[in-house]
Amino acid sequence: MSAQSESFDVAVVGGGPIGLACAWRAEQRGARAVVIDAGEPGAWHVAAGMLAPVSEAEFGEGDLLQLGLESAKRYAAFCAELEEPGYREVGTLVVARDRDEAEALDRLAEFRRGLGLPVERLRPSQARKLEPALAPTVRLALHIESDHSVDPRKLVAALKRKVTVYDHARATGLLLDGDRVTGVITPEGTVRADQVVIAAGVDVAKLDMPASARVPVRPVKGQVLRLRDPNGPGLVSRTIRGEQAYFVPRGDGQYILGATMEERGWDTTPTAGGVYELLRDLSELVPGIFELEIEELIAGLRPATPDNLPAIGPGTLEGLVWATGHFRNGILLTPVTADLVASVLNGEPLPDWAAPANPQRFAGVAA
Amino acid sequence: MAVTDTNTDALTIAGKTLSSRLLLGTGGFRSLDALAGALTVSGSELVTVALRRIDPGQHGSIVDVLDTAGVQLLPNTAGCFTARDAVLTAKMAREAFETNWVKLEVIGDERTLLPDAVALLEAAEELVDDGFIVLPYTNDDPILARRLEDVGCAAVMPLGSPIGSGMGLLNTYNLRLIRERAGVPVILDAGVGTASDAALAMELGFDAVLCATAVSRAEEPETMARAIRLGVEAGRLAYRAGRIPRRLYAQASTPEEGFPEY
Repeated sequence: MSAQSESFDVAVVGGGPIGLACAWRAEQRGARAVVIDAGEPGAWHVAAGMLAPVSEAEFGEGDLLQLGLESAKRYAAFCAELEEPGYREVGTLVVARDRDEAEALDRLAEFRRGLGLPVERLRPSQARKLEPALAPTVRLALHIESDHSVDPRKLVAALKRKVTVYDHARATGLLLDGDRVTGVITPEGTVRADQVVIAAGVDVAKLDMPASARVPVRPVKGQVLRLRDPNGPGLVSRTIRGEQAYFVPRGDGQYILGATMEERGWDTTPTAGGVYELLRDLSELVPGIFELEIEELIAGLRPATPDNLPAIGPGTLEGLVWATGHFRNGILLTPVTADLVASVLNGEPLPDWAAPANPQRFAGVAA
Repeated sequence: MAVTDTNTDALTIAGKTLSSRLLLGTGGFRSLDALAGALTVSGSELVTVALRRIDPGQHGSIVDVLDTAGVQLLPNTAGCFTARDAVLTAKMAREAFETNWVKLEVIGDERTLLPDAVALLEAAEELVDDGFIVLPYTNDDPILARRLEDVGCAAVMPLGSPIGSGMGLLNTYNLRLIRERAGVPVILDAGVGTASDAALAMELGFDAVLCATAVSRAEEPETMARAIRLGVEAGRLAYRAGRIPRRLYAQASTPEEGFPEY
C-alpha cells in the first residue's frame, strides 16, 4: 500500500459486495473513491446469494420487505453492468415437509398474498412436476417465480474489476477533526477522504471510533455446506427452501446448503450438530442430496442489528456514511444500498421507503 | 368486600418472590427489538435462556437485552438428550450466568421434544444434590411430578402439550392431579397457544405459566404478550374468586319469590 499521501473524495471501509458497489456507484457519479479491505472475506464469502424478498417476507418486517423488493427490482440491471456476476433468474420453491409445516406455510402464503406479493400455491404433485427430485412426502409448496439468486463470490470478483481496492489493509479507526471524519487509519498509514463509508459488516465492532457514533451490530453465525453433483447439474434447477434449510443451485452442479442461525459470538467453527441438522432437514425435502460430494464446509458471521434492518445513510459524525448491519440480506440489498449511499454522498436525503434504515435511529443506543 | 389484588398476590419459588406469574422464554423472536418489546409488555420477571444457543459473553446480545430489562435469568438445558449433558450444561450455565437456578430439560425425542422421564429424574437428583435450584420441565404425569418434588425440586413444570405446538392443555385431568398433590409451585410449561390456554391453567390453580413460541411467533408478539399476561391475571383472579359449581339445569340468577304478580 502506498496511499499515505493520497487523498480521495470517498473512502469505503470493507471490500465485500456492499463496500465495492458503494465505491463503484460513487465513482459513476464522479467521485474519486477507494475501497479499504482487510483481505479476510466476510459474510458474502459464505452466503448462498438468495435474492428472495418474497420467500423471506415475515410478519412485522414490512420495512425490510420494502428495501428487499426495491433491491430485487434493480438486480438485473445492476448485474447487466458487470462481467460474469453469477446472476440467475430461476425462481424459488418453498416446501412444507409435513402437515404442521403446510399449515404454517399456508399462513405465510395468505399473509404474502395479502401484501400483493406474487405467490403461487402448488399441490405436491404440481411441485414435483417442476422439481422431480422433491420427496414424495412433501405436503405443499409455494412457487415464487420472482425470487432469484446470485453467486456472491462471482459478484465480488466482478465488482472488484470496477473499483480501486487497497487489499490487505485493515482499517483500525477513523481519522477525526473534531466531529468531522477526514479519513481512515490503517497500520500502514492513513487514507484521507472527504467522506468515509463504513461497509465492514461485523468488523465495525473492531473499528476504533467514538462510542456515541457507533451502530450496534452483533455477529450471528451461519454454517453452510457447498455440495457438488459429480454428474453435473440437474438434480434441482430452482432454489428449494424448507422451514429450516435452503438449497441453492449454481447451475453447474454446485449447490449451497444452508444455513444455521446461531448466537455464538465470534466463533466460526463448523460443528457436527450444525451439519447434521442441515443435511437432515434438506434431505427430507430432496433425498437425492445424499449422493452429492462435500466440496466445502464453512461458517460465517452475519452482521445483525437489534431490529434486523440495516444501517444505511449518514452517521452522527460529519462525513460518515453507514452501509452495514445487513444481517441475512447483504447480497440482496447490495444494489439498493449502493444507490442510496451514492445519493447520500451527494447530499441527497434518503427516500421515505428507506427512512427506517436511517442509522440515526440508533443514536443513544449502546453499541 | 375484599378483592384479590394481583399486585400483592405474589408467587414465591425457593424463597424468591415474583409479582408476575408469567415466565417468558426468549427463543424464536424475529429480532432483539421484538424480544425487548414483548418482554416489557409481558411484565415477566423470570426469563429463560438456552445456554446452548447463545454466547453469554457476547456484547449486544440477548443477555444485554435481559440485563437492561432487569429480569432474573433462568438458564435452561434445552437441546440436551442425556442426564449427563443436562448436568454439564447446568454447571456451565451456573458459571456463565452466576445463578444456581436452572430450568432442567432432558429431551427424549427430536420430533416431539417430550421429556425423558428417567433421565430427567436422574439429572434432577444430581443437580439438587449439587446445590442447584431445579425447576424441571416434565410430562403431565402426576407420579413423576411427585418424584421430582421428592428429590428436592423447587417447582415442577408440567407440559400442557408439546413445545411450540400451541395445542393448549391436552390432559387437564392429569394436570389437576399434579396441582392437587404438589407441595411446591406448579408452573405450566409448553403448549400455550393463546391467552385462554394461560387463563385455563391459572384457573386450575397453577402458580404460573411459562410461554415462548405463542408470543415470539405471533403475528404481533407485543400484542400477544399483553393478551397472555391478561389471561394469566384473569385466570388467577378467577381461581382466587372461587368459581360456581357446574349444574345440569338452569338456576335463575334473580330469586322469584316475593315479586308482585300482574
